[in-house]
Amino acid sequence: MTAVVDVRNVSFSYGEQPALEDVSLTVESGDFLGLIGPNGSGKTTLLHVMLGLTRPDAGSVELFGQPVDAFDQGERIGYVSQKATSQDSTMPVTVRECVRMGRFAHVGHSRLDDEDREIAEDALETVGISDLADRRINQLSGGQRQRAYIARALASEADLLALDEPTVGVDAESRDAFYRLLDSLNESGITIILIEHDIGVVTDRANRIACINTKLYHHGDTDSFVESDALSEAYGTTGTVVHHHH
Amino acid sequence: MSRSDERAAESTAVAESARYRRESVDLRRTLEVVGVSLVGVLGALMIGFVALDWIRHYPYAGTVPGLETLYAVTQIDPAAGVLFEQVLIAGMWVDHFLGTNVFQHAFMWRSIATGVLVGIVAPLVGTYLVHRQMALIGETLAHTAFAGVAIGLLVTAVIGFDGSLLFVALVVSILGALAVQWLSERTSTFGDVPIAIMLAGSFAVGTLLISWGRGFMSVAIDIEGFLFGSLAVVTADGARMMAVLSVAVVAIVAYTYKQLLFITFDEQAARVAQLNVSGYNTLLVVMTAVVVVGAMQVLGVILVAGMLVIPVAAASQVARSFRETLYLSILIGQASILGGFAFAIGLSLPSGGSIIVVAILFYLLSIALSILSDRSSAAISMH
Repeated sequence: MTAVVDVRNVSFSYGEQPALEDVSLTVESGDFLGLIGPNGSGKTTLLHVMLGLTRPDAGSVELFGQPVDAFDQGERIGYVSQKATSQDSTMPVTVRECVRMGRFAHVGHSRLDDEDREIAEDALETVGISDLADRRINQLSGGQRQRAYIARALASEADLLALDEPTVGVDAESRDAFYRLLDSLNESGITIILIEHDIGVVTDRANRIACINTKLYHHGDTDSFVESDALSEAYGTTGTVVHHHH
Repeated sequence: MSRSDERAAESTAVAESARYRRESVDLRRTLEVVGVSLVGVLGALMIGFVALDWIRHYPYAGTVPGLETLYAVTQIDPAAGVLFEQVLIAGMWVDHFLGTNVFQHAFMWRSIATGVLVGIVAPLVGTYLVHRQMALIGETLAHTAFAGVAIGLLVTAVIGFDGSLLFVALVVSILGALAVQWLSERTSTFGDVPIAIMLAGSFAVGTLLISWGRGFMSVAIDIEGFLFGSLAVVTADGARMMAVLSVAVVAIVAYTYKQLLFITFDEQAARVAQLNVSGYNTLLVVMTAVVVVGAMQVLGVILVAGMLVIPVAAASQVARSFRETLYLSILIGQASILGGFAFAIGLSLPSGGSIIVVAILFYLLSIALSILSDRSSAAISMH
């Protein structure tokens, strides 16, 4: 079976400042990968590289077995970017319009048909925001808005859900409900990559952990991560020389 | 009344109010669709007038063999000319009743036709532009178009072909659009600085070229008309170009509505969904350049961006969805154009300023409306 994401020896730097150095990791189908690391450690950059938003300086990336440059099955990925929780957008778009965007990659230039609309309504139902469908998305709370974006990913029938700090600014109760939703989606077979600064949340939910601070400090199952000292190495040595114990 | 009765009554009341709400939403949507359809019919009539204005001169009759016979056999010659006369005669009656001196003149009809079409395509493209936070780009392209007019003047003076002025402006403006797109893709952090420099730079080049050209140019061209907009500046060629471009822009937006919406709303997600984001960005900027050159005739270089921005800003205050924003922008844009024309004609003032002032009145009105509706919905949610 081909991996969902296969990152090989990827390096990337912003000018002189290295963001990623020789990172390799594989995300298998059905994984719930938690991507953690201190601020400015290159988590978002790595996610962008995985999704083809950023072209790495060196190394290669494959999505669903295709080189990322030639990848053409955009509907298989649902992406929720970091800015999705912020309320800066004044664009009047309803929740339903947002969720239907998940069907756009399927239909191209033709019109959405009844089936597309039904899939969008089902997605709204699944994340529990059917009653908010006609509201403008910038009038929702942070937690509700996250659900709308997840619904968009569900409407696109994505196999991979990529989330960049989805619960920043979301209250604790909505956050728990949101992670329960992610759990149930993962159980139904959707692969999830989650960037999260709250390490406790990640170790509770994810079955695999990638701990990164420019270099990859740990990539493996969650239990071995908790036992290892990758966390203190990645977080404690920011900006200092790292001693590797081989 | 027992508690359960009370609860039942309450839930009936809730259902009632939900139904009432849904009905009022449906009514609102129906009104908008009717309004936009009427604007569409008006636009089609104006395109019809422009086409008639073109065909009555029997284009290419002398150059394309057989065309003259075709005109004669199909009775287009003399029907087109006669029909055109009838329009102007009808205009005379309108003038007679209104006490104006407007509708009997073909050049006024060309201005009105151009204005009506601007009132459709400018808010249409502007809706995407404003919500992509690219309003400054519209302004920049208008100034690039001014440089285009200046270059067009020189070309006209050199080769002596009168119809090329706006065409040259169009080409220069499209090139400017591609340059702006190139700049904004390569400068992420202070993206609007190079664009602002380009705004000033192209205008500077325009003024230099015009002053320099005055030395040897024989054609007197109304520069003020292009700067501030004028009802008299629209030529038959200009109106025809606007008609063709409007049809193209409406067709392209209809075809790429979903893609433009997606990249406007969430560019990164659109990129992940493998949409050709920079391709659609380029398309949007080029369409803006096209609209700007057309609109420049009645609005003037300095005010043209207002028509891209103000109707959309007004619509966004009160709209509940993106589609509604699009509809309301067009309705407000058209109302501003017609109101502005009435104002300009009635008081013999420049059309550009009149249209923008009317548009701003609509904007203020929509702010007042949105404040009122916020208050009433806050009152509802108090219960």
